[in-house]
Amino acid sequence: MTLLDVRGLTVRTTDGRTLVDDLSFSLARGERLGLIGESGSGKSLTTLAVLGLLPDGMTATGGIELAGTQIVGAPEKRLTAVRGRDAAVVFQEPLTALDPLMRVGRQIAEPLRRRTGLKGAELARAVAFALEQVRLPDPERIARAFPHEISGGQRQRVALAMALACDPKLLIADEPTTALDVSVQAEMLELIDTLVREREMAVLFVSHDLAVVAKVTDRALVLKDGRAVEKGEVRSLVGAPREDYTKALVASARRLESALDLRSTR
Amino acid sequence: MTRYLLRRLAFLVVSLALASIVLFVLLRLLPGDPANALTSVGADPEQIAAARHAIGSDKPLPEQFTHWLGQLASGDLGTSFVSSLPVGPEVASRLNVTVPLTLIAFTLAVLIAVPAGFVAAHKRHTWYGALLSGVSQLGIAVPVFWLGMILIAVFALNAGWLPAGGFPQDGWSEPAEAIRSLVLPVLTIALVMSASLIRYVRSATLDVLGSDHLRTARALGSSFGQAMWRHGLRNASVPVISVLGIELASTLLGAVVVESVYALPGLGSMLATGIAQHDYPVVQGVLFVSTLAVLLIGFAADLVQRIIDPRLRGRLSGGAR
Amino acid sequence: MTQVDVRTPVPARKASPDKRRSRRSATLVVGCVLAGLIALLALVSLIWLPYATDDTSGGRLAGPGGGHLLGTDKLGRDLFTQVMTGSRIAVEAGLGSVLIAAGLGITLGVLAAFAQGWLDDTVSAFLDILIAFPTLLLAMLIVAARSATLGSAVLAIGLAQSAVVARLVRILVKRVLAQDYITAARTSGTSWSRTVVAHVLPNIWPTLVVNLALQFGLAVLAEAGLSYLGLGAPPPNASWGRMLQEAQATFTTAPVGALAPGILLVLLVIGVNLIADGLRDTLDPATRKRRA
Repeated sequence: MTLLDVRGLTVRTTDGRTLVDDLSFSLARGERLGLIGESGSGKSLTTLAVLGLLPDGMTATGGIELAGTQIVGAPEKRLTAVRGRDAAVVFQEPLTALDPLMRVGRQIAEPLRRRTGLKGAELARAVAFALEQVRLPDPERIARAFPHEISGGQRQRVALAMALACDPKLLIADEPTTALDVSVQAEMLELIDTLVREREMAVLFVSHDLAVVAKVTDRALVLKDGRAVEKGEVRSLVGAPREDYTKALVASARRLESALDLRSTR
Repeated sequence: MTRYLLRRLAFLVVSLALASIVLFVLLRLLPGDPANALTSVGADPEQIAAARHAIGSDKPLPEQFTHWLGQLASGDLGTSFVSSLPVGPEVASRLNVTVPLTLIAFTLAVLIAVPAGFVAAHKRHTWYGALLSGVSQLGIAVPVFWLGMILIAVFALNAGWLPAGGFPQDGWSEPAEAIRSLVLPVLTIALVMSASLIRYVRSATLDVLGSDHLRTARALGSSFGQAMWRHGLRNASVPVISVLGIELASTLLGAVVVESVYALPGLGSMLATGIAQHDYPVVQGVLFVSTLAVLLIGFAADLVQRIIDPRLRGRLSGGAR
Repeated sequence: MTQVDVRTPVPARKASPDKRRSRRSATLVVGCVLAGLIALLALVSLIWLPYATDDTSGGRLAGPGGGHLLGTDKLGRDLFTQVMTGSRIAVEAGLGSVLIAAGLGITLGVLAAFAQGWLDDTVSAFLDILIAFPTLLLAMLIVAARSATLGSAVLAIGLAQSAVVARLVRILVKRVLAQDYITAARTSGTSWSRTVVAHVLPNIWPTLVVNLALQFGLAVLAEAGLSYLGLGAPPPNASWGRMLQEAQATFTTAPVGALAPGILLVLLVIGVNLIADGLRDTLDPATRKRRA
């Protein structure tokens, strides 16, 4: 059953530059799809278009159907209903993605309250539970902290907890590990992997890093300059890339990997 | 918080003390003998010496300074050389004009600028958004006294709706007259002030509109209005508040021009007269009270900012940094 | 983090790059035309004036026309002549104040930026207090100490503005000093002064130039205010502020004298502000990147 169906999505700026060009893909319930590409390839814009949150001065044409709702051209009210409920997102920058002036607990409570209607002590318990779910130690303390008082990895867990608190059918992860330390990255990927498997959630995972995408997703789409250059099973993409661009991506990932291996064995 | 309050208060007292010293020294550096103001033209040296003795300007500076501090401690702002009247009550009666003038104008300016600045940012692609930005661009180029002149010409001289200037002799015991005479001055200050405030509110709103956390909130299902209310307002208010503090302080002290246009007996005109007459105690008294006001306003702005922005806690002064 | 540089309005137009570029150049062009017109008037006034500044032959409060483009004032002096000298005074006031503000402000700001801990707190608080005190009070004191001349007014305005510039420079320099490449330069033994010249100044000058342009406009406004209060250039130098003050009583009967100087003043200030806006969009790499 199709959860997300993107048909001929094109994103243009008002002065006519095309940033995403005739992109089509679909995602079934519980399926995990990776979007791979360098910065500027249009992968992040695609995720924003799916949520109807394109920045000012950009317009989307084509079709995006998310859980039965047509996103392109939908009025704001319908979009608000879809966001969070059908798709929730974790953004790249954990420092700026959270409101710096609000305690972490209250920020998680917001989507939780909207979905469950809980109040008071019950809501506080649900917040603590949500923080436990993303394996944050001492959830009561974290809930009382402001974003600048916790580490980058913790902030990203909080952002994940906020997204999961919505209990969406689709989790969009936009480079969720890029801003983190390498050691924290692996834990974060592991966590996302486990949590979405438990919940049988569909995932749209965006990254420039082939290795990261391979870890979390089954299928992947390689984007270059707003166009899909190759799509298929992650394993076959990595094992036998057909397009030159994908080959280059794989080769550079290999080089990096072997360099890392060399260093770790020494 | 208590610890911060104590530190910040200590800082306020030290600043006030430093400012008093600077003030005192600066005023003694001015040329012109205040004794001249007391004596008639062609007074003989003995008369001048007597006058100097009477006002204490023959004593060494440190002694004059400690004398002044002693007076201040007992709540006495000194006595005017010229009128021989105590400065304190005079300042108080002038504040009866300047404080309402400034506060009402300030409030009005904020009431205009906050919605206008928000619309100018949020609706910047519409004609009225652009118009608001344009009007504020025009507004910051208009000198406050000229706006005053135009308002007088239109509403007082031509239409005859409001007085062209002055303030009732009996002050606030004639409330209707007092209010009528403040309408145009208030409008003058409020319009000029809101023009510059709109720009700050606009840029703070733009920062918030482009912020990741607002996007996060909306991506997780908050409507634009909810996200703006819960996250946008507070975040936009942090930079605006520090500007507001400075604007309020400089309006309070800068009211002298508007007071001159409308012939209002405010603190500014008292200072202007005092300076012209080399009346040290008056100048000293007015500037001391103004400094105190500026410091208190800064204190309040810092405090409000700290309450809103947890990142500032741990710093002494919020400021516009 | 959001930075607000007080008295540095940050108008930001988000639009597509091409549209922005054209609007940016339009802003700059309009600004240059407006400010250029006044500057031209000021330059011409140096070599030619329609009438002598003390020529009262025109008859009192004559209307526009009849040998007097804008008419005459209440003493019979030609208004256009006065408007021309006024533009010269305005431009001089702007340039003079900005020169003082730049020289003093940049030096103080750079020095203050290197202060640490309590010294840092004290310096910034001191600058805050100074800034809250209006230019006018300082000007009144200076005028009382010296005398009411254009020089006194410019000195006062320049001094007051140097506090604003110093504060801005301090913030900007601190931000640059916190960058990694500065730490690298300093740990590798680059001297203090060399760091400032080679790394700090090139990074702050775009923002600084924009701010100085804005200060120019503010200085013109401040000078007008001072001469309105009788604290500016003495007669027969017709500063716009003093012209307006003199024309206030006859606003309804002879409106030209009360409108013309004001309109020119507004045009000059808008022109300079537009130039500042245009420069900001063209020069400031940070804004350029942020708004892209």
